[in-house]
Amino acid sequence: MIEIPPIDWSVVLQLCIIFGGATALLMADLFIPEVRRRVTGYLALAVLAAAAIAGVAPWGCRGHTFSGTIQIDSFSLVLNWIFMLGAAITIVLSFDYLPRHGINRGEYYVMILFAVGGMMLLAQGADLVVLFLGLELLSITLYALAGFAYPRTTSEEAAMKYLLIGAFATGFLVFGIALVYGATGATNLAQIGAVLAEGRIDGENRIYLMAGAAMTVIGLGYKISLVPFHMWTPDVYEGSPTPITAFMSVAGKAAAFAGMTRFLLTALETQREIWVPILAALAAITIVVGNLGALTQQNVKRMLAYSSIGQAGYILLGPLAASERGTEAMLYYLLAYTLTNLAAFGVLIALEARGEAAWNLSDLGGLWQRSPGLAIAMAIAMLSLAGVPPTAGFVAKFAVFTAAWQAGQAVLVFIGVIVSAIAAFYYLRVVAQIFMSEPTREVEISSDRVLAFGIGLSVIAIVLIGVLPARLLNLI
Amino acid sequence: MELIVFAVTAVIAIIGAVAMVASKNAVHSALFLLLNFGAIAVLYLLLRAPFLFATQLIIYAGAIIVLFLFVVMLLGAERHEDNRDRLAWQRPVALVMAGLLLAEVAYVVVALPAQAPVTTDEGFGAPEVIAEQLFTTFLLPFQVTAFIILAAIVGVVVLHMQEKRQV
Repeated sequence: MIEIPPIDWSVVLQLCIIFGGATALLMADLFIPEVRRRVTGYLALAVLAAAAIAGVAPWGCRGHTFSGTIQIDSFSLVLNWIFMLGAAITIVLSFDYLPRHGINRGEYYVMILFAVGGMMLLAQGADLVVLFLGLELLSITLYALAGFAYPRTTSEEAAMKYLLIGAFATGFLVFGIALVYGATGATNLAQIGAVLAEGRIDGENRIYLMAGAAMTVIGLGYKISLVPFHMWTPDVYEGSPTPITAFMSVAGKAAAFAGMTRFLLTALETQREIWVPILAALAAITIVVGNLGALTQQNVKRMLAYSSIGQAGYILLGPLAASERGTEAMLYYLLAYTLTNLAAFGVLIALEARGEAAWNLSDLGGLWQRSPGLAIAMAIAMLSLAGVPPTAGFVAKFAVFTAAWQAGQAVLVFIGVIVSAIAAFYYLRVVAQIFMSEPTREVEISSDRVLAFGIGLSVIAIVLIGVLPARLLNLI
Repeated sequence: MELIVFAVTAVIAIIGAVAMVASKNAVHSALFLLLNFGAIAVLYLLLRAPFLFATQLIIYAGAIIVLFLFVVMLLGAERHEDNRDRLAWQRPVALVMAGLLLAEVAYVVVALPAQAPVTTDEGFGAPEVIAEQLFTTFLLPFQVTAFIILAAIVGVVVLHMQEKRQV
């Protein structure tokens, strides 16, 4: 007779709401006629809101359950909120987009909820097996969502490329986890940390551990689109439906960062001398390659893809600092980046009103005369990505740079600052295009209220947390 | 006795693998793969891993091969086999890689001293022990797997419906 251990449901309450809600919504959607498809979206928003509220009560508590495979602490709660915020804004941005592109299906919202569940597993997981499964759940839903506009060949290409590259990443991750388990005899992050702290891992086992750790980081690095594992990013981001690109670029990245931070800071805490220089080099290459790649892009969607690679490099400075301050900086950066990217992609969605691509830089020309609201939103998003005060992007960059500086990564901070100055060029080029150029061709602009609300909300939040960062940082 | 069983199954496994790659007909390939899977299952039994033996037979030999045969026959892939090798450079590369692997195996067998087998607890890898792990330590991953499969099914169905609707 197997005795099932007692379960502390408060730790997994948010997960239960998301998974239960997603499954219920999958069935409820069958009874919602296609003309009322938005109802499914609103129900998905309600599920997200319920899960977000469920995160208030356990604030400040720490605990784990399911035999220590899953935990809750302020780190995971903040990340869960970021994921849910990102998913909620994505859903709001999708309401108008889906029917316009003839892909108005209720499963879209269900898949987003499943993806959020996978992300929460990555944030809350305390065991490599849970981290792996969370990443798989997230990836599988994103493969399907990337191909959601299937008959369009670019969407098909995006899904296919993402699937193949993702299969590689999964292979790396599983093999890495197996090697780490072989060396330490544990998959639980805290147990691995304890075994390593004793310092009994030597000889062959040490080689296995290092190889395993490297492969695990590579597997997660694909999802973060860390250089040199970033090749898929521009194509997949360009081909996927725009709301999904936005969702992938913010939430998917945040989740993989959550898993990586947990792995590095809990399991490999004692091996810091080894992984810090390697990841510092990767962060530097990522910042340089991502931002230089964005310089030459004429397609705004591709430019944002390269920009997201560059931003990943900056976010990596947080975990690299390996301090409480570094983790806080990472969380703040992820929040700022989520809001900013969603606002920028929201504007692109509004420009796709006729269902055709309007991603060329010249399509943004004269946006100020045609739609002042969207023009201001895009400008603020670009300024935030470039890191200009008083936006959230500035505070975020400042926070990661100070954290990295305090950890002694002076060279890295230096590279980061120089490249941000170069990167400002292509962000500001978009702003210049909006305000100073004449429109080259007629682009129909969506007048959907909900879409405007989503963009407006993100922009206000960008400015608000940019002006009042201290309150938020204290909260984290 | 064990050595004889091992030798016979090993030969069968190799024959199955080679025949699978060599045969031109996709259905024959799938059936040779089945032979290979069956032989590998016996090898697991020789390694005292009864659970792997059972899953190998049920999942691989059972479910996956049937799926292969279904797909091959539904798509009619066995009829128009394209003989031209469009990636001709792959063959020499594959031979070199295979040679490297063989050299590595030979090195391990010849040069490294034989090591004592790893000792494990009685019942390690037994079905009961795995079941207990699944329902205690790994209960959460076990549940999450269900959602992964559900998400995958929904994804496949949605993509398929999309295609039908547009065509």
